Amino acid sequence: MTVQGPVEQVPTDRELIDFVVGEARLIDQQRFEEWLDLFTDDGRYWMPLEWGQTDPRLTASLMYEDKLLLKIRVERLKGNRTFSQKPKSRCHHVLQTPQVDSRDEAANEYVTWTPMHYVETRLEEQTLYAAWATHTLTVNDGKLRIKLKRVDIVNCDAAFGNIQLFM
Amino acid sequence: MSRYHGNVEAVRKLVRETEVHRDVYIDEEVFRLEMEHLFANTWVYVGHDSQVPNVGDYFGTTVGTQPVLMVRHSDNTVKVLHNRCPHKGTRITTESCGNAGKFFRCPYHAWTFRTDGSLLAIPLRKGYENTGLEQSHAGKGMSAVRHARNYRGFVFAKLNDGGPDFEMFFGASLSSLDNMVDRSPMGKLEVAGGVLRYMHNCNWKMLVENQTDTCHPMVAHESSAGTAIEVWKNAPAGAKKPMAVEIYAPFMAPYEFFENMGIRVWPNGHGHTGVHHSIHSDYSAVPGYFEKMVSAYGEARAKAILDENRHNTIYFPNLMVKGPIQLIRVFKPIAANKTLVESWTFRLVDAPDMLLERTLVYNRLINAPTSVVGHDDVEMYERAQEGLHVDANQWVNVQRLYDPVEQADVTAETNGTTEWQMRNQFRAWSKFMTLSM
Repeated sequence: MTVQGPVEQVPTDRELIDFVVGEARLIDQQRFEEWLDLFTDDGRYWMPLEWGQTDPRLTASLMYEDKLLLKIRVERLKGNRTFSQKPKSRCHHVLQTPQVDSRDEAANEYVTWTPMHYVETRLEEQTLYAAWATHTLTVNDGKLRIKLKRVDIVNCDAAFGNIQLFM
Repeated sequence: MSRYHGNVEAVRKLVRETEVHRDVYIDEEVFRLEMEHLFANTWVYVGHDSQVPNVGDYFGTTVGTQPVLMVRHSDNTVKVLHNRCPHKGTRITTESCGNAGKFFRCPYHAWTFRTDGSLLAIPLRKGYENTGLEQSHAGKGMSAVRHARNYRGFVFAKLNDGGPDFEMFFGASLSSLDNMVDRSPMGKLEVAGGVLRYMHNCNWKMLVENQTDTCHPMVAHESSAGTAIEVWKNAPAGAKKPMAVEIYAPFMAPYEFFENMGIRVWPNGHGHTGVHHSIHSDYSAVPGYFEKMVSAYGEARAKAILDENRHNTIYFPNLMVKGPIQLIRVFKPIAANKTLVESWTFRLVDAPDMLLERTLVYNRLINAPTSVVGHDDVEMYERAQEGLHVDANQWVNVQRLYDPVEQADVTAETNGTTEWQMRNQFRAWSKFMTLSM
């Protein structure tokens, strides 16, 4: 399955929705290199720490990563001496149908909103998280790309154990 | 079966000169005794006074496993109160922090208490006339922790009357807190950015020991810091090294770097890595900061403050301070095999925002539940928590660079890969565990 069929310069709602669903599938199938390619060069993955957080710079976040940091994570997951991934974690997304919140064709920017349940598991432990994913998407060279993926966990300020993969 | 309760000799035997018995990590009875004795006989970090800037502001936390409230009293001092209503035991505050106004009001029966804990009013008070309420526990109000101390904003409490006073307990180790505060041109810190809370399935002492364990970074963090270095090698020539890579890379420094950084031990279990340099020494300068420091302190003093690059300072039992990046970690014991790690960050008042930004990047990359460096460490702690159940060997070794003439409770500077600081902690552990038995 490919997530990335070519799209017109102006994507349809259906294409935006399919993209978001396909993105989660790449994570669940651990196709992390393909997943990384979905981000624009200046794309970001943001997981706020605060409820309704607006500032990623002077307020702590769980993750606020550019492509370099995401690449480090993806490479690390494959490493021979990555002991926290021996054995590897697995994860599972259940998405509600994404809603298209805004379409700014002039700015080439589209925002979707997706409630989801995310399960991460390793060894005997399985943890369920509930979250909302907000994707800011754009069309680059005929393909949809992620400018920002923001994941707000419903209990973002709780004390968590390891979260090793991507929501 | 009670093996350690009331048995001073059995508790002492858990700590030998160069090894400690596994029960200090895995035994629930030892854990309960730690809460009853160790965390009551020592000065334990409660919070920072910038969390309660205004009269009536409170912050709820724990000392060991005891719920307490830190509150700004009407005379502007900071009090530490036991967080229960003296009446039925109800926790007084609803939120973890907030403002009580002029008094605390229990949400159950509306008993009210001044911000120093003293009883203010009880509805239908005449029902207590001639009952001797004044002599009861309830009549005394919310009890205050008698031994609380605000040191340059950092509030500590000691639950028991016994044990050393504040100055005696911390002594020269306070210099690490001093250096962190002095890094503000105004000599003032503010808690800022939010706290990262990370749950660990291991004993709290594993985290404390890890802070001065300089033989693990290049091994356990090869997966994270090593990968960061490898990925950065593919960056275009001349690209500016990002903050994140500056933060990750020193974790892969060779043994020699850590040997030469030095470790200093102080009496009562305190100590620090990074006498001469640390992983924080080579961060890029932040524009405008040095100039502010010079105009506040003069050039010589500003240089002296900024040349101090202590790595991790342990304030025994469960606080770690990183002065050069204004970050502290509190290792909160929950059970023998469960620890909540809180990582707090500070703003240097009147310094450029970029310093706080870097501190937050560090905290996120190293101390968050989503941190790859954190994942490396947790894996080791949890494997140890499991492995310690092997009966064939029941001892943990802390022998590295041990010298038989080594004394307890001294100040000394030594090789940066020594386990002297771990031994120092366990000598203090033994002393404060048995002090009130």
